[in-house]
This record gives sequence, C-alpha cells and structure tokens, in this order.
Amino acid sequence: MEKINTFSGRLMPLPINDIDTDQIIPARFLKTTDKTDLGKQAFFDWRYDADGNPKADFVLNQPEYQGATILVAGHNFGCGSSREHAPWALMGAGLRAVISTDFADIFRNNALKNGLIPVIVDEETKQQLISLAQEDLSVEITINLADQTVQLPDGRKVTFPIDSFSKYCLLNGVDQLGFLLSLESEVVDYESNNQQRIATTAL
Amino acid sequence: MIRTVSNPRTLFEKVWNQHIVKPQTDSTPAVLYIDLHLVHEVTSPQAFTELRTRGLKVRRPDQTLGTMDHSTPTTPRNEFGIIPVLDAQANKQLDQFTQNCKDFGIPMYSLGTENQGIVHVIGPEQGLTQPGMTIVCGDSHTSTHGAFGALAFGIGTSEVAHVLATQTLLQYRPKTMAVRVDGTLAPGVTAKDIILGIIAKIGVGGGTGYVFEYMGSAIRSLSMEGRMTICNMSIEGGARAGMVAPDDTTFEYVAGRPYAPQGADWDRSVAAWRQLPSDEGATFDNEVTLNADELVPMITYGTNPGMGMPITARVPDPMATGDYNERMALDKALTYMGLQPNQSLLGKKIDVVFIGSCTNSRIGDLRLAAKMLDGRKVADGVRVMVVPGSQQVKRQAEEEGLDKVFKQAGAEWREAGCSMCIAMNGDQLAPGQYAVSTSNRNFEGRQGKGGRTFLASPLTAAASAINGYVTDPREMYMPEMA
Repeated sequence: MEKINTFSGRLMPLPINDIDTDQIIPARFLKTTDKTDLGKQAFFDWRYDADGNPKADFVLNQPEYQGATILVAGHNFGCGSSREHAPWALMGAGLRAVISTDFADIFRNNALKNGLIPVIVDEETKQQLISLAQEDLSVEITINLADQTVQLPDGRKVTFPIDSFSKYCLLNGVDQLGFLLSLESEVVDYESNNQQRIATTAL
Repeated sequence: MIRTVSNPRTLFEKVWNQHIVKPQTDSTPAVLYIDLHLVHEVTSPQAFTELRTRGLKVRRPDQTLGTMDHSTPTTPRNEFGIIPVLDAQANKQLDQFTQNCKDFGIPMYSLGTENQGIVHVIGPEQGLTQPGMTIVCGDSHTSTHGAFGALAFGIGTSEVAHVLATQTLLQYRPKTMAVRVDGTLAPGVTAKDIILGIIAKIGVGGGTGYVFEYMGSAIRSLSMEGRMTICNMSIEGGARAGMVAPDDTTFEYVAGRPYAPQGADWDRSVAAWRQLPSDEGATFDNEVTLNADELVPMITYGTNPGMGMPITARVPDPMATGDYNERMALDKALTYMGLQPNQSLLGKKIDVVFIGSCTNSRIGDLRLAAKMLDGRKVADGVRVMVVPGSQQVKRQAEEEGLDKVFKQAGAEWREAGCSMCIAMNGDQLAPGQYAVSTSNRNFEGRQGKGGRTFLASPLTAAASAINGYVTDPREMYMPEMA
C-alpha cells in the first residue's frame, strides 16, 4: 500500500450536511465486480440531469474546480450504506481528502483503509475553508499526516484527530490484512479456548 | 432475577470482552473474533479478488454463509421455475459470486433455491443468529441481528476481505447508549413507528460512535421480528450496532431452528445466554428515552430517515428553523419531495406501495399487511409490491393464504430479495413517483432516480395502498389492531 504523508491541494466546496453514500455513489453502480469507472460515477445523480447532461451548478462539473483534490463538506459526511464504493468513487474522481466537522463511522473506516483522509475540523474552520474555496480558486492548503495538521493559506495550522493505528498504517504503507494474518497463533489460541458457535457447513 | 455483581457490565461489554483475540492498546485497535460472517453478491467481489491475488484461503468457510439478495429480480418464476436475471451486469456479478463461494467452499443460498432470501432475514430464520455472537456482513443493516443480543454490524469490502482471510476484525471499542422505550403501544402503532420515533428524536448522526442497547417495557413486549425491525434501523440513527438483551422470547424463537444447538448443548447455551443481559448498575455513556404510550404511527417527509413525524403532524417549515444549514437542508428536502411547509401528508396521493426489505418483510409484517388488506382492494393506479424477505417466509405466507389476500386485493406477490428498498434489480420508482415504503432509507433516488419515498410501517403502507393516498392506519377498521 502506498505511503501517505504530506500533500497540498486545491479545495472543492460542497456545503451540504448529511451527504449519504447513496448520493456519493448510487446503488445501480454497485453491480460492478471491480473498482473501475466509479470515479466517473461519483455523485452521478447530482452531477447529471435526466438526459445525462452535466448540471452546470454542481461543483464537480465546474471547470474552475477541476484538479481540486480536497473536498470540504457538511457534517455527518458519508452516512447511510456501508458501501466502500463511496471512498473508491471519491478517489477515482481525484480526491485525496475530505474535510468536515464529522464523519459517519463506517465511511470514515472505509476511507482510512483506502488512503482517503477524513479530516475533522471545527465548524468555524470548516466555514472558513468553504468561503476560501468559493472565493479564491487558486488557493491551496497542505495536509500533514505526521503532524496531524491542516495548513491554511495564511500560514495558520489547525490540528485534526486521527487514530494512531490508521495514521501509522498510512504513513508506513502498512497493509492491515497483513497485520491480521500475522496474528495466526493468537487466533488459534482463541479458537481452542472458545467453543465454536455455529457451523454453516453442518447441514 | 437481579444479581448484584461487583463489576457490573453491559450486554455490549460482555459480548465484546468474550471476543477479544488481542486487546485494544493506545496504539492499536482491538482484534475481535467473528462468529458468523454473512456475505452477499454486491460487497464481496473485490474482497474475493483480494484473496485470490494474495493466494489466501477463507479461514472458516464453516462460519461463513452467502446469499443472493440485492441485485436479484423478484419477478415471479417462469414456467420452468426459473427467476430470469435480465441485467447483464447483475448476471456477471451473481455468476462471480457463485464461482467465489464454490471455489472458497462457502455455503451459499442461490437465487430460486429453498432457503434464499435477504441476508438479514435468513440468518435468524435458520437459527444461525444467536445471542452473544459477533456477526458481520458487508451491509449496514447487519445491525438487525443485534435483536438477539448479538454484536452485529456492517463492514466495508476491505474488512470483508479481512474477515474472510482471518475470521477477525480490527475494531476500536465504541461507546454505549441506553435507548429506553417504556409504555404500551396503542393499536395501529408498531415497532417500525418506535424506531422512526427514535431517529426523528436523535437525528441521523445522533448515534455516531455508539452501540445502542434498546430496553424498557415496550421493547420487552415486542416479538423477535419487532426487535429486528428496531435494531435494523440503528444505523439510520448513526449507530453501527443496536442490541436487545436475550430473554425467553429470544430462546423460544431460536429453539428448534436448523442451526440452533440441541439437547444438552441447548441447555448449556441457554444457561450461558441468561448471563448476557446488562447487570444491575451497569452504566452507559449516554441515554435517550421514548415514551411508547404517546407514540402514534410515524412517517418520513424528507430525504433522510431522521426527517420523520407523527402521521397526523404537518411538514415542518424551513423558515421556522433557527439554524441556517438546517433550513437549507429542509428546504432542499422539501423541494426534492415536492412538499410544502406546514402541509399535512394525510391524503397525499401516492403511486407505489412497497411492503418488503430487511426491516419489514418477515411473516409478522406480512400478516399485519394482510389483515389490513383482507377483503379490500388496492386503489386504482397504485402499484403495490409485496416482497417476502425469504423463500421460507414466502412458503409460510402461502401456507397461511396471505398470498391470496394480496393478489385478491390487486397487489403483486413477488419472489424474495431486497427489491425496491435499494432498487438495484429493476424494481424501482420512476422519477417523481411517490411511494409509501416499509424499507429503511428515503435518501434522494434511493428507490429509483427521482423517486420520492415516505417510510412507514406495514400497517400504514397497506392502509395507504387501499386509499391510494397517505393514510393513518388507525382510521381503517381491522379485527384486532395489534
């Protein structure tokens, strides 16, 4: 897995609360057996009208936001379905981080597993970033994972929380499945000390 | 029996502690053992591919079960007894799922076979879901199984790969919230109305970071199916999991099911399960209460499950909201839904009624809907789809003659699957259509692009089907309204 530490990027504002994963990637796109095309399908029903034409007022369609890699969104981002296709779609659309005041649990976990950084800031900072994104399209901010800071254009740094394990895995490109596989003897121990509850192959 | 213990623990803590493979530390999450892993066709392909790429086996196929449910058609079977899959992409996904389960040795209920159904319906009905277990699935409504006093929650596809390969999961310990519902439900008011009431109270982010434990006399009075309805929608309140302490109702439900323990093993299991309820004096990190005595049938008016109200209330007015963001959100929702501030929903003409989903598609739900529809017809111009949660539910409903009631009323009696809850299989709303739905999500486009969903109970849905407009079920006479 790729290592992530510090990166800079332009902002994409989406000041809507409770953006659910059905909006991020509608269910009809979940029939895929891999991850390709999801980037093109991100926010599909907010992005395209009934005839398939791009809606001019949606941020992903606006030329001035092309190449922006940091989404700034309203609270409870990623609520609803557990579909990991949501962070896959956002990353496919070129995003590397989402900034909000809070994230739904499953989405946050899924994002961290894929290297899409969920950055939690307070309401005031979020409002500032939204305004910045809307007013100055050239502005870049810098996210530093090791320091857990977001650096704003005026030089100010704001700290964000992240659990130390996720941080460690992202900084070092550690594969979590590999980590779990290395615990084989602990799992064997657990199984020998605990009765198996059900056997699906029994019938 | 109240036992005083020196270190009182909640139901959640007991189940959590019993499944620790490696404890949580300052720098690492806990590693939890998973007793049962349920898989379906939509969230597993990339996980199986990961295992293949790495040359890994599924560690415990005997603790894994697959079913086909999300993208499967519910069209009544043809003269060859086959349910045809017309969508090429869905076909490919289902074929790949079949191949994956075969290659990795996972038992799987295929489309059209006798035990197939929605993943959160088949687990409990087979007796696989039992108190005190950890249960996961790549589906957020896995919280359903918490009704049995299991710790059950949804996971992403990467985590599906983790569990397939190691039977373990990395988890930080969540906080706990007591959700107390005391009182007695009035006639016409159901478990679905309880959970819609709770989510309306706390909002869709109210439970983030928590596991709920539902308690109180109204919860105790519920059947297992009612408890499943409530636990199912825990995720809509932001909680990953919701639990109900097991009791005799639970044991009676599990007893005798295909995978339930038997004989001496059964007695041992029940004795262990009786130790699970939260101890006297156990503390929770937070608490919310709802008074069941005051509850009336609920309905959602907006575009998330928290935008709900009593069916007799009026749609809120964005201008009456103090917070700017909330006002904008409500305005956006009402625009999408084509509703006016302060309007009543009663009498709102609808196009479709969907009775189904992992929330409300079990035999108890179908019995309620059938009681309401018995001897009546659905209104002209309303499409009514009744989708049983599993082939087993379907058979039982047919034994009881419920299918005849539905068909005679003019409703469609379908095969089992997720169907119009997620609208991946062709069962969907056309843009602008209104549906009263017994499912769990009313997000924009959830039931079809441009579709407009009112979430409600099976009674409300059936009553609305008869009139062709949103109807308070208490206004329709039923022999017994419980």
